[in-house]
Amino acid sequence: MIALGPHAAYIIAAYLGVTLITAGIIIWTLADAGRQTSRLAELEAMGVRRRSAAKRGKRI
Amino acid sequence: MESPLDTETAKKMTWFDRIAHPGQFLMWSRYVLLPLAVGSALLFVLGLWFAFFNSPPDYQMGDTVRIMYIHVPNAWLSQFVYALMAVSAIGTLVWRHPMADVSMKAAAPLGAAFTAMALFTGALWGRPTWGTFWEWDGRMTSTLILLLMYLGLIALWRAFDDQLRAAKIVAVLTLVGAINIPVIKFSVDWWNTLHQPASVFRADGPTMPPEILTPLLVMSLAFTFLFGVLHIVRMRTEIFRRRVKSLERKRALEGAKTS
Repeated sequence: MIALGPHAAYIIAAYLGVTLITAGIIIWTLADAGRQTSRLAELEAMGVRRRSAAKRGKRI
Repeated sequence: MESPLDTETAKKMTWFDRIAHPGQFLMWSRYVLLPLAVGSALLFVLGLWFAFFNSPPDYQMGDTVRIMYIHVPNAWLSQFVYALMAVSAIGTLVWRHPMADVSMKAAAPLGAAFTAMALFTGALWGRPTWGTFWEWDGRMTSTLILLLMYLGLIALWRAFDDQLRAAKIVAVLTLVGAINIPVIKFSVDWWNTLHQPASVFRADGPTMPPEILTPLLVMSLAFTFLFGVLHIVRMRTEIFRRRVKSLERKRALEGAKTS
């Protein structure tokens, strides 16, 4: 790692904070996606089917 | 699980209707996700290498210029995401497009995160360069208002069970709030401020040397690709969430009939 000068603490804190927030939003997004897809698969496995989702123009 | 259009229906639709139909969107978007995610990861690796190992300290700010490589991309995305939400809001209100409100809802938390990161990194960059973490000037205050607007819109989505009704109200408020975007952009020209004026997108070209501009552009692309990936994943999730709700409602109704 290169020397970051007298304000290294600010630079490291900035990159660390952005890494944490970015990782947080990635994990949250993927966890939410996983929850919804597995619940959908579960309902479909129970035999519950959408009535006319393939109909043109239908609002989801 | 996914329901592409049947051939008869697809023939009658325009190319835009086809790619933006929820079923079609689910189909094509999964092929875009991997290249976008890999592209984003590679750009981050390249951008960070430039930022820390292949770019000089600034002649005035020294090494704190390296904060710019994460501050500017997040600040750019904080405004870009809101502009995207405003376009989606028009899609909801004018064309009542089924994917417009999905796009709006999926983008809001990402916009809030990018705005929070822009404010956070800006404060950490401001302290060593200006001598203060915060100043109530035009650019910083309008960006803080942007964060509050994102949080308000997220809260509004959550306040409604009926997401189609929520979409119309959120769309109107999103369009009203869009006035803040040019205010953020031109705040550095309109008012006295600690914040520097535009230095990349200018009529006379960027004011920074290529060795500093290169990591900035690469990191901006990396964050933009990341936004693309997360936005698509969140849009897909929102479609699935609405399908889950509709199936759960159907199941409850069927249960009530049989009992």
